[in-house]
Amino acid sequence: MLMKRVIPCLDVHEGRVVKGVNFVQLRDAGDPVELAAAYDREGADELVFLDITATYEERPLMLEVARRAAEEVFIPYTVGGGMRTPADIRAMLAAGCDKISMNSAAVAAPGLITQTSRQFGSQCIVVAIDARRVPGSRRWEVFVSGGRTNTGLDAVAWAEEAERRGAGEVLLTSMDRDGTEDGFDIDLTRTVTRAVNVPVIASGGAGELEHFAEVVIEADADAVLAASVFHFRRFSVRQVKEAMAAHGIPVRLQHATDAEGD
Amino acid sequence: MIAVVDYAMGNLRSVQKGFEHAGVADVVLTGDPAVVRVAEGIVLPGVGAFRDAAANLTGSGMKDVIVERIAAGTPFLGICLGMQLLATIGLEDGEWEGLGVVPGVCQRLPGGVKIPHIGWNTVSYPRPSRLFDGIPEGTAFYFVHSYHLLPDDASCIIGRTEYGVPFAAAVETGSACAVQFHPEKSSTMGLTLLANFGKIVTEADRR
Repeated sequence: MLMKRVIPCLDVHEGRVVKGVNFVQLRDAGDPVELAAAYDREGADELVFLDITATYEERPLMLEVARRAAEEVFIPYTVGGGMRTPADIRAMLAAGCDKISMNSAAVAAPGLITQTSRQFGSQCIVVAIDARRVPGSRRWEVFVSGGRTNTGLDAVAWAEEAERRGAGEVLLTSMDRDGTEDGFDIDLTRTVTRAVNVPVIASGGAGELEHFAEVVIEADADAVLAASVFHFRRFSVRQVKEAMAAHGIPVRLQHATDAEGD
Repeated sequence: MIAVVDYAMGNLRSVQKGFEHAGVADVVLTGDPAVVRVAEGIVLPGVGAFRDAAANLTGSGMKDVIVERIAAGTPFLGICLGMQLLATIGLEDGEWEGLGVVPGVCQRLPGGVKIPHIGWNTVSYPRPSRLFDGIPEGTAFYFVHSYHLLPDDASCIIGRTEYGVPFAAAVETGSACAVQFHPEKSSTMGLTLLANFGKIVTEADRR
């Protein structure tokens, strides 16, 4: 049976994890690769390294993170942010990451999805969509540049186009919920999971254990992603999985030990 | 020495490092058939298209060496595309000749489910195998694939997974075994599987 995935996201700036982390026993709590390995031990199914500065200068640092992760992390990981061209993506995949995630670059040049999914395979191309609800409607618009720019694109139509162009997964973030800890946006997520036939990773809004099961059960999300609730040790990956399992959701629990939790 | 065959089909560092973390020493990445010929164990990983992979293996002379060493009893582990390539024929974008180690075809997963099959899925054991020593039945491994190996004779299947339909997640015939999932991406239990292969190689070498 296919498991629902729990994915911690690590925000990386200048090669370091930005949010405070309370894992103990790490030699270097700001090192993305050490943290990633700790999440692996804790039972994370996958990881996302998000380059939040996403500048040209930052790229060699992210390549180094990807290279080191390939040697120390034995679960799949995605790198997102700052990649603009097939050459950028090729370099990142060659560094050892399993998937790359594109957001603004895909909106600016949708052909990038087509070209890179043909070249490297759909399975390694994730299209990240930051969506915000048009007030008073059931329509969501796509924002880029870290949520600063409204493209006016319809998020659901964009998800469909991304799939048509060869995206292997959609990482869907609700900008309305992101940072609120009010729970995932069920309506948005459900609308997108019904529209596309590729896996959808729900993101934005996780604050309580029950939120994860809710978005899987009510919105049919294939995976759930969160950053701060894991970094701040509000709860562990294992606690999230146990809460999901209590609702009958298939999750990978075997040998997921609570590594170095507080 | 275990040779991990590098034939320009994806990044193999995780496979090599996975063995290292699993405590298996002396694992080399190589594209040289002469190195593979003298290896005590052979690992064929790979991600990508069947046609390109088969062409690369044939063109480099690697295919003949692998088939010869498997026939001679050298332990072999195919991973993902490296499992699919064991088929007689691959049906991805045409019809391509595989290694023919496992009589059967490599074909697309049936519709009705999301393709590619991405994620952690459980494996059941139609029969016991040393490859899964210490790994409880029902353990989840990480899969990423759109095609799967369909053996003519199901008795070689040592691991089965359900995704829309049941398919072969692991096979074993003679000294060759192969897994559709990625042990190097399957956390602790994946590394256990790599360690098991390391033991199989060590023991075969002693005999």
